[in-house]
Amino acid sequence: MFARVAASALVIVTLAVFDGAAAQTANQPPDTMAARVEACTPCHGNKGEGTSDVYFPRLAGKPAGYLYNQLLAFRSGRRKYPPMNYLLEFLPDPYLESMAEHFAGEHPPLPQPAPSEVSKDVLAQGELLATSGDAGRNIPACVSCHGPGLTGMQPGIPGLLGLRAAYISAQLGAWRYGTRTAKSPDCMQLVAGHLTEADVTAVAAWLATRPAPTNPAPVPKGTYALPFGCGSQPN
Amino acid sequence: MGSKLSITLLALAALTTVAQAQDKSSDIIARGEYLARAGDCTACHTAPEGRLFAGGRAMPTPFGTLYTSNITPDPETGIGRWSADDFYKTMHSGRFPDGGLIYPAMPFASYTKVTRADSDAIFAYLRSIPPVDQKNRPHDLRFPYDNRQLILGWRTLYFREGEFKPDPTKSAEWNRGAYLVEGLGHCSMCHSPINALGGTSKSDAFKGGLIPMQNWYAPSLTSNREAGLGDWSIKDITDLLQTGVSARGVVYGPMAEVVHNSLQYLSDEDTRAMAVYLKGISEPSPPPPASSALPTTESSLLISLGKTVYDKNCASCHGTQGEGKPPHWPPLANNQSIEMESAVNPIRMVLNGGYPPGTKGNPMPYGMPPFAGLLSDNEVAAVVSYIRTAWGNRGTPVSAREANELRSAPLN
Ligand code: HEC
Ligand code: HEC
Ligand code: HEC
Ligand code: HEC
Ligand code: HEC
Repeated sequence: MFARVAASALVIVTLAVFDGAAAQTANQPPDTMAARVEACTPCHGNKGEGTSDVYFPRLAGKPAGYLYNQLLAFRSGRRKYPPMNYLLEFLPDPYLESMAEHFAGEHPPLPQPAPSEVSKDVLAQGELLATSGDAGRNIPACVSCHGPGLTGMQPGIPGLLGLRAAYISAQLGAWRYGTRTAKSPDCMQLVAGHLTEADVTAVAAWLATRPAPTNPAPVPKGTYALPFGCGSQPN
Repeated sequence: MGSKLSITLLALAALTTVAQAQDKSSDIIARGEYLARAGDCTACHTAPEGRLFAGGRAMPTPFGTLYTSNITPDPETGIGRWSADDFYKTMHSGRFPDGGLIYPAMPFASYTKVTRADSDAIFAYLRSIPPVDQKNRPHDLRFPYDNRQLILGWRTLYFREGEFKPDPTKSAEWNRGAYLVEGLGHCSMCHSPINALGGTSKSDAFKGGLIPMQNWYAPSLTSNREAGLGDWSIKDITDLLQTGVSARGVVYGPMAEVVHNSLQYLSDEDTRAMAVYLKGISEPSPPPPASSALPTTESSLLISLGKTVYDKNCASCHGTQGEGKPPHWPPLANNQSIEMESAVNPIRMVLNGGYPPGTKGNPMPYGMPPFAGLLSDNEVAAVVSYIRTAWGNRGTPVSAREANELRSAPLN
């Protein structure tokens, strides 16, 4: 008899404790960055892996410094995409930094590269520009900054893998028309300024066909020297 | 020996006076900085990525674009040559030092209530900031609005010059709140109906209105049917003003800007005074007839679709009963800001999502995703109709056309 009373008292106590804990967590959203960036994930994916929309970029695994620079640029309106300019307008620097670190720390697998719609010749032209550049036209190889594995370098140079051709050409176009700018000296503007429409199509198409490397992480700061200075990559 | 000592003493005395004077002037500067926050001068006079108070920020109006002035102490391009009298004339009378008329986009219709001592403190602060050499950009107004003489007509209709007069029948706290809300806070600039001339009339002060160009509805601060705070606790009001979130609702859109740049910096006493005043001016208003432009069968179909959309997209944060997880995920049940006659704000919230401002009291706010790309016009109308009418909410259904029209509203 006594044992039964004790047992049911225990059940009641456990239930009460459980109830209290459940009520507490049920009353507040989880105290995590993941819950705080739920406003971003319909467009960028739960882990920043990107979505089916070809213009919505992957964020996962990019250098935190690079992502932070982009968030600052969207907040001030220097880089334009009204839905994001609006969301970030009244968020303080340290919070944007935490958001950048959150997505930099996510590592969902890179997507399978999509089959390309352009001809072999165009792809070959793209590969040539990306890996060797065109000295005659003052175009440095993309790999000279974005890295031999195209995985980027800490803290400010993004990898170019896992992005769709449409997004890459839209960004290169934005630099050519001055609607995207980065910290001065804006080296990407110099690079993009030397590209023709055909170059952009070719290099964007080739980059989008690259398979995932075994180690997609950006290489540490100072692993290689840049061909010329970039404001977003302090040396 | 004796004379040497007295000289030293004299020098010491002189030093203390100087130190005291400096002390006093640094106090005034600090107070001026605080008051400039309360007046939210930076919202208009600092451009994005621009230097503090160097102006050049574009202000779109129905009549063209105004560019704000450089109010740093630069002698050539700023207000470095102004006297405290000149400055008071701008704040109090809406005139340049030469008597020229200032556009009412500079909220002198509210600042006229500011005391001379407070105006002098703001001026002392502005003189202490780094001068910036940046020429004012000429305004770009359409004919005939480019003629400043037209401001005279506006002034005759809407401008009542005069410092704040305390109401002796009310408490000191109420009067302090009134001084801040009606004066430096220039809350009526948005929270009043704006007529075709861009004016807000005294009798309509705080009655709410659609902000031109921005397409946000600034609710009435007097009607409990809108943002009247009559049945809010003082704590919920001060939370809202100071942190941007509260157990009753959150700020967003232009109000997020006000909290971010201005209200979060006000002292606990001043915030409380504003809350006491705001609670005091609310007046019970008769419930409006619960009528909708939509035929009943159509709206009940809409609302049942709305529930489906809500349960799938919104309930995870706002709760199946609209209870939310306040303050971070605001409650939608019994939330005045979505029940108002104007459905502009809830429609825009669904289309654009948002983050409350990051403030000292809430540095890492939670956000809401934009649904513009995920829901059709019909689904937006349905879910907004649902949240406006479910759980005892007293709003009316909205049409897909209203939802569609707000897709093109400017985002900043
Ligand atoms: C409505 C969809 C949408 C939402 C919501 C959204 N983004 Fe974006 N984001 C985009 C698009 C589209 C771009 C590319 C814009 C462009 O063309 O420059 C982008 C670009 C970015 C970039 C730059 C990526 C790069 O590689 O250069 C970052 C970082 C970013 N978003 C972070 C966020 C964060 C953090 C949030 C939430 C606070 C967020 N975004 C919410 C659509 C969205
Ligand atoms: C001199 C160094 C340099 C070279 C060469 C260079 N890049 Fe970049 N690139 C950068 C930097 C730095 C950034 C980041 C800019 C920022 O902070 O916004 C960048 C960013 C980009 C982005 C934006 C990525 C995103 O997620 O939005 C693309 C796309 C890009 N580069 C493509 C290229 C291509 C294609 C080439 C070759 C034709 C190239 N880059 C050559 C330095 C370089
Ligand atoms: C809602 C926007 C707004 C706010 C808030 C605002 N101003 Fe202004 N201000 C303007 C505009 C616009 C002008 C230009 C008016 C004109 O040209 O007639 C202006 C002009 C001025 C001028 C005249 C300077 C000159 O040489 O043209 C002064 C001084 C000034 N503001 C001070 C302030 C102070 C101090 C505050 C805060 C207490 C403040 N303003 C808040 C919009 C604003
Ligand atoms: C990820 C969580 C989340 C989801 C999902 C979400 N919201 Fe929100 N909602 C929020 C947050 C956070 C705010 C405060 C945003 C702000 O202040 O800008 C908010 C604010 C609102 C407001 C304004 C409330 C007020 O106090 O004035 C409305 C209306 C609203 N949401 C409706 C919806 C509807 C309808 C849906 C589904 C279509 C939805 N929300 C989905 C988190 C969410
Ligand atoms: C730039 C325009 C603007 C100014 C200035 C402004 N407001 Fe607002 N306010 C709005 C808009 C738009 C809303 C509706 C959005 C919202 O509820 O946050 C609002 C909403 C509110 C609400 C209701 C919030 C809720 O959740 O129901 C209160 C209370 C309020 N404002 C008080 C003030 C006070 C006090 C001041 C002056 C210190 C002020 N506002 C100045 C535009 C403004």
